[in-house]
This record gives sequence, structure tokens and C-alpha cells, in this order.
Amino acid sequence: MSTAVKKEHKSARPERGGKATLVEAIRQGIWEEMERDPTVFVIGEDVGAYGGAFKVTDGLIDEFGKERVVDTPISEGAIVGAACGAALMGMRPVAEFQFIDFISAGFDLLTNYAAKCRYRWGANIPAVFRGPCGSGVRSGPFHSLNAESFFLNTAGLKIVEPATAYDAKGLIKAAIRDPDPVLYFEHKKLYRLPRLREELPADDYIVEIGKARVAREGRDLSIITFGAMVLTALDAAEELEKEGLDVEVIDLRTLAPLDKQSILASVRKTNKIIVLHEASRTGGIGGEVAAIIAEEAFEWLDAPVVRLASIDTPVPYSPPLEDYYLPQTKDVLDAARKLAAY
Amino acid sequence: MEQEPNKSDQQKSSAREKNHRRRGRQRRAPFQMRVSTKYAPHKPVEGQPLSCTVETTLKPGQLLELYRHLKLTRLVEERLVNLYRQTKVVGGVFRSLGQEATAVGSAYALTPQDFLTPLIRDLGAVLVKGIRPREIFAQYMAKAWGPSGGKDLNIHFGNMENGFIGPISHLGDMIPVMTGVLLAARMQKKRIVAIAYIGDGGMSTGAFHEGLNFAAVQRLPLIVIAEHNHYAYSTPTSLQTAVRDLAEKAAGYGIAAHVVDGNDVIACYEVTKHAADYARRGGGAVLIEAKTYRRKGHAEHDDQRYVGPGEVEWWEKHNDPLDRFERFLLEHNVANKDKLEAIVADVMREIDEDCAWAESSPMPEAEKAAYNVFDNSVVPPAFRPKVLES
Repeated sequence: MSTAVKKEHKSARPERGGKATLVEAIRQGIWEEMERDPTVFVIGEDVGAYGGAFKVTDGLIDEFGKERVVDTPISEGAIVGAACGAALMGMRPVAEFQFIDFISAGFDLLTNYAAKCRYRWGANIPAVFRGPCGSGVRSGPFHSLNAESFFLNTAGLKIVEPATAYDAKGLIKAAIRDPDPVLYFEHKKLYRLPRLREELPADDYIVEIGKARVAREGRDLSIITFGAMVLTALDAAEELEKEGLDVEVIDLRTLAPLDKQSILASVRKTNKIIVLHEASRTGGIGGEVAAIIAEEAFEWLDAPVVRLASIDTPVPYSPPLEDYYLPQTKDVLDAARKLAAY
Repeated sequence: MEQEPNKSDQQKSSAREKNHRRRGRQRRAPFQMRVSTKYAPHKPVEGQPLSCTVETTLKPGQLLELYRHLKLTRLVEERLVNLYRQTKVVGGVFRSLGQEATAVGSAYALTPQDFLTPLIRDLGAVLVKGIRPREIFAQYMAKAWGPSGGKDLNIHFGNMENGFIGPISHLGDMIPVMTGVLLAARMQKKRIVAIAYIGDGGMSTGAFHEGLNFAAVQRLPLIVIAEHNHYAYSTPTSLQTAVRDLAEKAAGYGIAAHVVDGNDVIACYEVTKHAADYARRGGGAVLIEAKTYRRKGHAEHDDQRYVGPGEVEWWEKHNDPLDRFERFLLEHNVANKDKLEAIVADVMREIDEDCAWAESSPMPEAEKAAYNVFDNSVVPPAFRPKVLES
């Protein structure tokens, strides 16, 4: 016989601003949007009493009740479909995938329904579809996905992925207020990384969707990246600085629509480009970035555009295998040195 | 066999109940298979042609309105076939010939605030919801004045004011979407119900299962009308599912179910009215299986080579929903032949006018293809990029 689990305490309302990790920043953002706008609600698996697998929605059910924090069956298609239906009715759903790997089970409704409604009959779907993505955490082939390139070829979906706590909060708020469907990917390795803990402003700010960020200024070459790889790029840049190389790091933040102007501006500045990402190389977003540069800034290049990405395999589990799979700081250093000498 | 529970079992179960109450869970009555066959098809009596259910709350004026909707549905489709043969319809034409009563009768049971999402063979439901034939004609002919401006086909559009949300080609997807509509309505304190149409084929999809299961768990007032028309494209129902009656599937969701004679427009109305009242009262989702028959192929191009000899002809001769309803109206003196002919003449006038309007519409400007992927005040239209120009 099961016994009722008694909740020890109600999770407190997060501070507005203050020191926050990336996961706390997302939670702050959702909480503040739910306070600000009664049409915002949360839907997903285990998002209620349990607060979500990674505790992004912790405490929301106590504050906003189960009508606005909806626990669902294990049905990603139903989660996406219901979010779309509610959005048509003027609500602003924030739908959670427990792991972004499971987005495949909602793929049909995302790409055929959410993405095409406005285009087909002018009905917009102001919904956010979010969840933990990313590898490097020893989670194997089904809990490590980076899903952006599955969706890049679908017109009608915006895609964002923050690499700082500040951006995480600003982007989730912007995504919730956006008039169109937004896929919001959260790298699970960054959720509680002490390095990313930072002081957030107390005011109500957003980070505009569609704008990249210069994470580090530099003159000699640029690394264009996003998500957890921003940290890898910054680590490499620091190392290269000791060798006299001044490396620029561009954090894309928004993957669709891509901020072409920021990409091209960096090309014109450093003339040598590494595109770095976690998803597999073939068909990855790196190819798209490289193509944009080749078409629109060919004469500004002093070397071929270099893609650094994971190898073309599923994400393996065992640490030595996964470390081989993922691009490491050392790979970035090697590539940067070769590119600098080109 | 059920046994008398002994005392300690009773104590245990009352402790369990208390526990449930403490956790604020709703106790539900033990589930019993509840397929109502009150409106199911009757075995035809030799020499007695089929008519419609006599017991109805519908007034004569409403019955004639139903007749008009049925006739409008059939004749709009016939006009679409003509336009298709003249190559004015650039895509396919999908008929609901022989099964119009299901869509028309069920949709007629909704209030204007209620929602529905049809399938391709539910033009009748769309027309009942107040969408005019001109929109359908313009849409089929890919015209600029169509509700999607030429972006999508047939009834793939919607009108939120009328409570009409068009389907997409992927069967089953609209079940979770409608579940979301009702979830939102509950948050917005709107007391609406919704119909989602599905067929014997569409019920095999994962989306159907996920959506209906979720609606059932949330006790949402979703009425799923399963049109059992015997074929999914060419695949007979026997290759689609192992159940005999689609309504049996309700047991898997713990919801109420009905079987209705889908070619009896009054029965379709009454059963849906009953389901809508039940759902609105908080009873939860309902599955209605409508037994009907698709007399045309999947679309106009389909030669129906997979259909046995004489089958279509039997349904046409003995079980046509319009013939049956006309017989009912005449037998019960709701109208005489002249009255019905006047209604048909009025329908034809509307179709002629609306078709002329749609034909007079221009085709969309080519560059319109680039607009409205996103809100264009935020993201510019996706124009074809210029190559090698800076």
C-alpha cells in the first residue's frame, strides 16, 4: 500500500534578481511571467508537485495551482498538441520536455501544427517548448541530445539556447512574450554550474530573440558557438591568449532565425572562423553558418571556415567514449593554432 | 465472481479512501463498460425503407434547417467535382457522399460558442458552423480571397470566432489540439464543449491515443466522433483494428461511449446533444461511433478497385442519409415536396452566387508566399535571397 508523501515545505518564491544559477534564472523568469500575465501556464510531465526532473518548475504549483501547472501523462504529442490548442485560445503555454531527446515524440505536432498555423491561416501559436538538452554529462544516447538541426529546416519555429544565467532569464521571458512558437533549449550541464552563477538585475528585462552576443572580443580569429560550448571556447581563448592569439567568441543565443549581421561582422573583423557546436557535424548548424559566411563574406576570409562538432555517432555513455565524441578544449586549441598559422 | 468483502478488507479500503481524500484526489466510481446503443442502427425490415429516429426534440423549423445543411453539403461537393473536372480546383476533391448526416447532425447539436475540428469528410460540420460556401470554393481553387490566401487546401483553415479549427493532413493530431482548446477554456472559465472528428483509420494513430487519454484524465468535455465509414483510403477497418465496434475503445480511456446510426441525421443530432449535455455537466470525454459508409473513393482520382461488387450501390439505394431524411420529413408532414424543392432551389442560388464570387477572385500574388511564417513586424518576410549581390 502506498503512503501519501507529505511535502516538507512550500518552495519559496524566487527572488527577483540577485545571485542565480542558470536553472534559478529560468525559474525566476517563468515565475515572474506567470505573475505578470494570467494567460501564462506550465504543462509537462512531473512539472507539478515534483517540480520537474531538474526542478525548473519547483514551487509553481503551490503558488499558481494545478490548473496553471498541468501534469500530463507520458505523451509528448499530447503536450505539444494541447499547448497549441491552448495557444489558439489566447493562452501562453510553457511546455516542458523532460529531456529534449523526447522532443522526437512531439515532432509531428511541432513541425506540422505549431510551425505552420500562422502561415496557413493566420492563427499564431505563442507557445514555448523547453527542456534540458546537451551532452557531456554521462547520460548516454537518450538523455544527451542537441536537437536544433532537426528543426532548423522547419520554417516557423524560433530556437534559442542560453549560455549565461542573465540570458537564460531574459530569453525565457522574451520567448513567453513572443507571438510565435519558440523552442527553448537548456543545456543541463549549465543548470547548476557555479561558474555561471551571477548577479541578475532586479528589474524586468528581456533578451531579444534573434540577437547574438559577443562573449569575448578579439582580433585574430573568431569562434562562433552557443550553449555549453561557449565555455569551451572561452577556456580555449584564455589559453590562446597566453600564446599571443586574440580570440573572439560569438555566442549565437538564437539559432533560428540566425543573427547573420553579428556573424558577418565578426568575419569582417577577424577574417578567420571556427564554428563550434555539440551536435554531430553532418547536417549540423555549423554547416549553415559556414555557408552564410561563404556566400556573403567570401572576400573577407583569410582561411577556410573550420567546423568543430561532435563525431557522426549517437552520444555514447562511457566517459572515454563521450569525451572522444565531443569536441574538447584541446580540439579547439589545435584548430585555432592551425588556423592562425594558415 | 465478486465476493463479499470481509471486515478487514473493508477497513483497509476505508483507510485507503481517507488517504485519497486527504490527497485531494477525486474518487471515481468503478469503471463499467458503458456503450449506449440507444441510437445504433436498426436492422432494416424487409420491404420497409429506412427513415429516421422519430423521437426528437427538434422543432419543424430546425428539421428543415438540418435538411438545408445536408443538401448544401452534398451540392457544394458536387459543384467542387465540376470545378475539379474543369481543372479549376488545383488539388484533390474529397467527398463525404453518403455520410453527410454524421457531420451535419452532430455539429448541429453544438452552441455557437462550442468548438469543433472536422476531418476532410466533414464539410457539413464546417458549413453548420457558419463557414460560407464561397470560402470553401475559393480555398479549393487556391484563390487569393480564400481564407488561407492560397497557402493551404480545402478545409485546412479555421475561424476562431465561429469555433471552427481546421484539421491538418496528419490524422489524430487534432485530438490533442482540441484537448488544449478545452484546457484553455477551463482556465478561462468558459463552459464550452468541443467535437473532434476522427475515422476508423485515424483512430490507429498515436496522437489520437495521447490526446483522448489526456482529455479523459483531465475530464475535459471533449466529444470524439468516430466516423466508421469502412475504408481508410483503401484499407478496410478489419486491417485497421481488431475491435468490432470502434466504441469499444472507450473502455481503454474510462469514458462513456455511444454507437449511432451515422446515416440518421436526427439520431446523430440527438446522441451528440446527449453527449454535449453530459460533458458540459462535468461527465468528461465521450466517444461516439457513427456507423456510416464512404460511397466515393478517398479522393476524386480513386477508382475504388478495392470495393466489393454491389456494395456502393446497396448503400446508395437503401441507406442514403438524404433519402432517409426526406422520407422522414414527408412521412411526418414536416414539409411537402414543394417546400423541399424550394429549399433546394435556395441552396442552388447560394452555391451559384458563391461560386461566381470565388471564381472572380484573383490568384494570390507570387511574393505573398514569403509572408507570415512569423509575425512580420518582428521577423521580416522570407523573400527569395538575391545571389551574389552585396
